[in-house]
Amino acid sequence: MADIRNYTLNFGPQHPSAHGVLRMVLELDGEVVKRADPHIGLLHRATEKLAEHKTFLQAMPYMDRLDYVSMMCNEHAYVLATEKLLGIEVPVRAQYIRVMFDEITRLLNHLLWLGAHGLDIGAMTIFLYTFREREDLMDIYEAVSGARLHAAYYRPGGVYRDLPDSMPQYETAKMKVHNAKQVEGMNANRQGSMLDFIEDFTQRFPACVDDYETLLTDNRIWKQRTVGIGVVTPERALALGLTGPMLRGSGLAWDLRKKQPYEVYDRVDFDIPVGVNGDCYDRYLVRMEEMRQSNRIIKQCVDWLRGHPGPVITDNHKVVAPAREGMKQNMEELIHHFKLFTEGMHVPEGECYAAVEHPKGEFGIYMVSDGANKPYRLKIRAPGFSHLSAMDEIARGHMIADVVALMGTFDIVFGEIDR
Amino acid sequence: MKLETLKQNLQGVLADKVVKISGHAGQLTVEIRPENWLEAARTLRDHPELRFEQLTDLCGVDYSTYGDGRWQGLRFCAVTHLLSVSNNCRVRIKVFAGDDDFPVVDSVSEIWPGANWFEREAFDLYGIIFTGHPDLRRILSDYGFIGHPFRKDFPLSGNVEMRYDPEQRRVIYQPVSIAPRELTPRIVREENYGG
Repeated sequence: MADIRNYTLNFGPQHPSAHGVLRMVLELDGEVVKRADPHIGLLHRATEKLAEHKTFLQAMPYMDRLDYVSMMCNEHAYVLATEKLLGIEVPVRAQYIRVMFDEITRLLNHLLWLGAHGLDIGAMTIFLYTFREREDLMDIYEAVSGARLHAAYYRPGGVYRDLPDSMPQYETAKMKVHNAKQVEGMNANRQGSMLDFIEDFTQRFPACVDDYETLLTDNRIWKQRTVGIGVVTPERALALGLTGPMLRGSGLAWDLRKKQPYEVYDRVDFDIPVGVNGDCYDRYLVRMEEMRQSNRIIKQCVDWLRGHPGPVITDNHKVVAPAREGMKQNMEELIHHFKLFTEGMHVPEGECYAAVEHPKGEFGIYMVSDGANKPYRLKIRAPGFSHLSAMDEIARGHMIADVVALMGTFDIVFGEIDR
Repeated sequence: MKLETLKQNLQGVLADKVVKISGHAGQLTVEIRPENWLEAARTLRDHPELRFEQLTDLCGVDYSTYGDGRWQGLRFCAVTHLLSVSNNCRVRIKVFAGDDDFPVVDSVSEIWPGANWFEREAFDLYGIIFTGHPDLRRILSDYGFIGHPFRKDFPLSGNVEMRYDPEQRRVIYQPVSIAPRELTPRIVREENYGG
């Protein structure tokens, strides 16, 4: 009798479907996974420790770099935690803007997830389609904050500035196509304000989701790769710490936007999709429906924002710098400005935990302040960290190719897992 | 569930295992004695009035420089955030490790399997030992890393840096060459500073 031993395979850290820098040690029996041991930390930047050495405002842009495909949602958890400790109110318009951008971010994240997940398990085309829509969304990001990815747009107390009145346009001289008519066509939906552009997007987008669904939902290969793979029962999902679509895919209607509403989520109308079987396919369906629901929320926010102008950031100058004009005429405001940018704001002593329904799950910030101008301890609760820790249990007994499908369905991004 | 009800339930069920319960910013913090932690955790999960099915987060905190030396208590704390999906409430549990030089806390990864990696992380970054943990390895720092990087006495820029050495033709570690600098000093102001 031949001696048969398990075969150990090193997956990553340089692997196209390792979604960055995941190193996974797989113990295999033939092609069946017996044990999966993810080694993480290859992208560890000690964000939490860096934040302890930065003022509350300086630490904010680090949040964009956590989950670098859903930037504003990370910022949101951070500003919520800071605001809770400061005990300040945020203007309603800022709350609507935040909700709108949270949902735009959810679309950004889910579109990247869909494209990458498709690529991982062999569907090439979908990637090209999802990135077409992502481009428009990133233009919105750029128009509002100046950056396509790392926006740093949310601030404790509101958002950095109001929505712009115009959208940047394509210029004939800078384009590869010098056909003026074609460029004009590309600029057609950019003639009005940013809200007009977003509204135009929300009208186009449901048809785009339909397109994605025709490519995948009934696709035989897609279903063979996802149906019945990585089944998680709702009880087990809770015990393992899974959140977001991972939990809803298993049939639990748990969504922080509904259950513990923050900002104005209790004033907008949307549904929570849930899965039935808790497999990769159900989680795919949940995320697809979430995109449609996000689109609905964005539409409602656009309508509200059109009719309700107003301040977008609190006027508490202990937290937010005064306007430039005021600063040049008024001694008091000059002092506030100086103090804020040399010393930073002081957050009262205390601790709090703030969580948002991030596209990937529950993203939380646990903040401890001892009254200084810097956080004493900042803990980032990343959804992907919990999801990846469940990899071992979920992957056991699956084929090695299914591990790739699992990684896609976990929606892994290393910026947040390694922090 | 209302915060007051939750507080009463916690007080009633956990009784003498609790050091103190405090509320701040609409959230409850329960401090539990380290020797009772495992038992209390089981109660928190299984008791019909509490039912905290999910462990959201577990992290270490090093209180050694809190308030610029105002801190009198123990140095290391394991902070756990629990979520009850059935009662829609959260609670924060703090367990201080009894010995500052050798911090030990019971592992709850048996009770909430999701705690496994969080405890590994707290061990890696703060050196808190979780007894009963099935696989207490480093998780975020490098293989063979020395020290616990998130402790307050660990420098921000670390102790060693890594580079490729063309002579030895391999990656080597050497003492860090960058000097630490602080652009904005850390200040704790007195009460009612600036009105």
